[in-house]
Amino acid sequence: MTQQRISQNRADQAAPAAAPAVAATASAGVDTPNGFRLDNSGKRVVVDPVTRIEGHLRVEVNVDSDNVIRNAVSTGTMWRGIEVILKNRDPRDAWAFTERICGVCTGTHALTSVRAVEDALGIAIPENANSIRNLMQLALQVHDHIVHFYHLHALDWVDVVSALSADPKATSALAQSISSWPLSSPGYYKDLQTRLKKFVESGQLGPFKNGYWGSKAYRLPPEANLMAVAHYLEALDFQKEIVKIHTIFGGKNPHPNWLVGGVPCAINIDGVGAVGAINMERLNLVDSIIDQLIEFNDKVYIPDIMAIGSFYKDWLYGGGLSGKSVLAYGDVPEHANDYTDKNLLLPRGAIINGKLDEIHPVDHRDPEEIQEFVTHSWYKYGDETKGLHPWDGVTEPHYELGPNAKGTKTNIIELDEGGKYSWIKAPRWRGHAMEVGPLARWVVGYAQGKPQFKEPVEKVLHDLGLPTSALFSTLGRTAARALESQWAGYQMRHFFDKLIANIKAGDLATANVEKWEPKSWPKETKGVGFTEAPRGALAHWIKIKDGKIDNYQCVVPTTWNGSPRDPAGNIGAFEASLMNTPMVDPAQPLEILRTIHSFDPCLACSTHVMSEDGQEMAKVQVR
Amino acid sequence: MAAIETFYDVIRRQGVTRRSFTKFCSLTAASLGMGPIGAAKIANALETKERTPVIWMHGLECTCCSESFIRSAHPLVKDVVLSMISLDYDDTIMAAAGHQAEAILQETKEKYKGKYILAVEGNPPLNEGGMFCIDGGKPFVEKLKWMAEDAMAIIAWGACASWGCVQAAKPNPTQATPIDKVIHDKPIIKVPGCPPIAEVMTGVVTYITTFGRLPELDRQGRPNMFYSQRIHDKCYRRPHFDAGQFVEQWDDESARKGHCLYKMGCKGPTTYNACSTVRWNGGVSFPIQSGHGCIGCSEEGFWDKGPFYERLTNIHQFGVEKNADEIGLAAAGLVGAAVVTHAAATAVKRIVSKNNDHSA
Repeated sequence: MTQQRISQNRADQAAPAAAPAVAATASAGVDTPNGFRLDNSGKRVVVDPVTRIEGHLRVEVNVDSDNVIRNAVSTGTMWRGIEVILKNRDPRDAWAFTERICGVCTGTHALTSVRAVEDALGIAIPENANSIRNLMQLALQVHDHIVHFYHLHALDWVDVVSALSADPKATSALAQSISSWPLSSPGYYKDLQTRLKKFVESGQLGPFKNGYWGSKAYRLPPEANLMAVAHYLEALDFQKEIVKIHTIFGGKNPHPNWLVGGVPCAINIDGVGAVGAINMERLNLVDSIIDQLIEFNDKVYIPDIMAIGSFYKDWLYGGGLSGKSVLAYGDVPEHANDYTDKNLLLPRGAIINGKLDEIHPVDHRDPEEIQEFVTHSWYKYGDETKGLHPWDGVTEPHYELGPNAKGTKTNIIELDEGGKYSWIKAPRWRGHAMEVGPLARWVVGYAQGKPQFKEPVEKVLHDLGLPTSALFSTLGRTAARALESQWAGYQMRHFFDKLIANIKAGDLATANVEKWEPKSWPKETKGVGFTEAPRGALAHWIKIKDGKIDNYQCVVPTTWNGSPRDPAGNIGAFEASLMNTPMVDPAQPLEILRTIHSFDPCLACSTHVMSEDGQEMAKVQVR
Repeated sequence: MAAIETFYDVIRRQGVTRRSFTKFCSLTAASLGMGPIGAAKIANALETKERTPVIWMHGLECTCCSESFIRSAHPLVKDVVLSMISLDYDDTIMAAAGHQAEAILQETKEKYKGKYILAVEGNPPLNEGGMFCIDGGKPFVEKLKWMAEDAMAIIAWGACASWGCVQAAKPNPTQATPIDKVIHDKPIIKVPGCPPIAEVMTGVVTYITTFGRLPELDRQGRPNMFYSQRIHDKCYRRPHFDAGQFVEQWDDESARKGHCLYKMGCKGPTTYNACSTVRWNGGVSFPIQSGHGCIGCSEEGFWDKGPFYERLTNIHQFGVEKNADEIGLAAAGLVGAAVVTHAAATAVKRIVSKNNDHSA
């Protein structure tokens, strides 16, 4: 079952056949249109499964004789077919299906879905519903960012075993020097260390088993490691509190309930039966959770990012596309039903080729802007050199390995990136591969000169003594996520206050039912809904016919970031980010994990497909 | 924070006294015909027993079960992972990746043959040779069967592993298949829900580690203790159902008063789960409490029993004064046998209370 393996020289492999725009150069390798030189000579390293992500992902890289990555291949290795399943169903149910695309960023797909249906049917939601939706969406951002950093990403930077040799007093001094967080006494760290020691001595290391402990790629002193492990456990306890905001308004988490036309929870502040609705007790609970998460961001998350960052500040690899081409859709409408740039608190725009002074507008309806390609994906198009806008998306699954793949169809040893190699399609914006996510949002906000994004970024860079260019890195991606968590906490305070003010002014409405009944809908219509999921730009396109879903297509953040190559040979954000990174030891793929994790990959989201005719997919008999 | 490494430590921390523990060992020894020396042996074994290894695998899924699991408030998942079980493999949180991760599976199979629990979130797709879910270059279904061979028991987490869930909804393009359809020779406990409630999940895990056996299961393989009652039976809005007070449309006066969501398509009457009793996220709420009907997410094939809102909306207005049994009977034609049972039960209750009235 060994899947990470180092194979022989692959210099004999042909350049990707379907990449006419990629010119072979005199020296080794080929240049991609988006500015990377791919060289697949050297040793091939395979990481499968990539763990600490949502879903299933495989990464293959080639390293040269100095163990520097010179070619990168990322592969989404699962497909679920949610869009096929949505066909002919009630559009009012679509949020529940699409929410199950992802249980991690749970709710974002549901929000995107109800917006798409409301856009198609021309439904305006009440102001309270907008505030409550924003509170849920922002709570999700904070929750997702905290869980991502501490539980999915931190172990790439933090050596758990090293924490055993820390001096608890010195750890306490370190913690108190960077934050006023109360859980920082020498006794606290001593107790934690004792528990950790017993845990390690038991010989049953649980999720920490076979980690890369002791690798030279880890740079924190034992005291910082102990502090970080303490916060790993504290964050595990705390994250369950944040999501109670979803439980209050949506009844549960993961997978809270949503509603086309508003939100399902009614507001009752004074009347009979208020205990069955959003009342003062419920609002007070939301209020106290917002206080707690703001404090956690300010006193734990941000100081940890700065402390850990200070030890890694010369590890500035992994920028990939972030300094070149980034895309943000914008989200968090200040006022209900207005999705124009001006009204969105998270920024919208596209930057291409690193030109920060030129921000392009984004139109989800323009068939020339967002298109998906399948040349290197396990799907079939009539003409695979062309992309399709999601409203006209066609997909026919077609699983096959390229001619130079090693192994068999059901036992892949090495993939052939010259052929089809992923269940992820390749979305492009005007033909450009784009990075999406917190860093993309903050780069767009920074480039727009918006103080709420520019100032925190400049402060982080200044405090770490780094130039602006350092932003475009694995570390920059991780820092942007922390800044966004902090920003989101303050926005939650804003929308909570706004909700209270609106209720105080006598407005209790939470849903608009004018167009609830399908008989009030047009015979045929289409719409698009978009959000900024924690991982980046997310949109759903829907076509409705005779009251049923005729067509449903999602283009999700990890589809953008984890895309395979396109017909022109552009590589996607994951692949670009790995390029030119030196590895300490290719047998311990810590650097690969570190950079891939900085995107917070979500594979269940990215591997989707829509069949134009909705027919059951043909069974393919393979060995 | 106390360090807990053995079975004994764990049960002591859960409030079991030393005396009860000794008694338990004596009784076990006696029942096995081992005598007083046997009791000491059992006690010694339990006091030094290793934590049960758990291998948590992911097939086609959305990770909502893992996310739910980490929300557990009692016990905290931190304590479950550090003290009660040894979660040696879980793609979502484990430090190792690639071959270092895979090596753990091989080692567990050899070292803990027949002694580890295989927890499965998600399911294997069988179409395309299984390659709709590739894990380590191979079909997930192979890895699943391989790890099941030497497992003590299997926990099917959530609706995906138990029934198939969303990817198995019609037309199920990947041929996503519940795990009991591909593994036949091991005890499988189903913990359905999309996702299951966090404390139900940790309740099942701690039950197994504490008592050393699987909980009692119903005919569908679900633990009786959490899945034997309908949400409707314990719903706090139930008196409004009985009184004929219903929400007629979203955000109406009845919605604000917390009336019954039955006419909005609530599937509480046909759904077996602990939502209305345990509730969600530390008891904060559950779907019906927050104003939306139950979508029936712990029931087999619930995605194809929809639409979620229309199923019961065409029931004629119930008179406020109408007898609850008539309501139950009117609803029965649409919801099925479960409501008939409810009507019958209510009738019995009324007869009993009438008799009581006479005697009073």
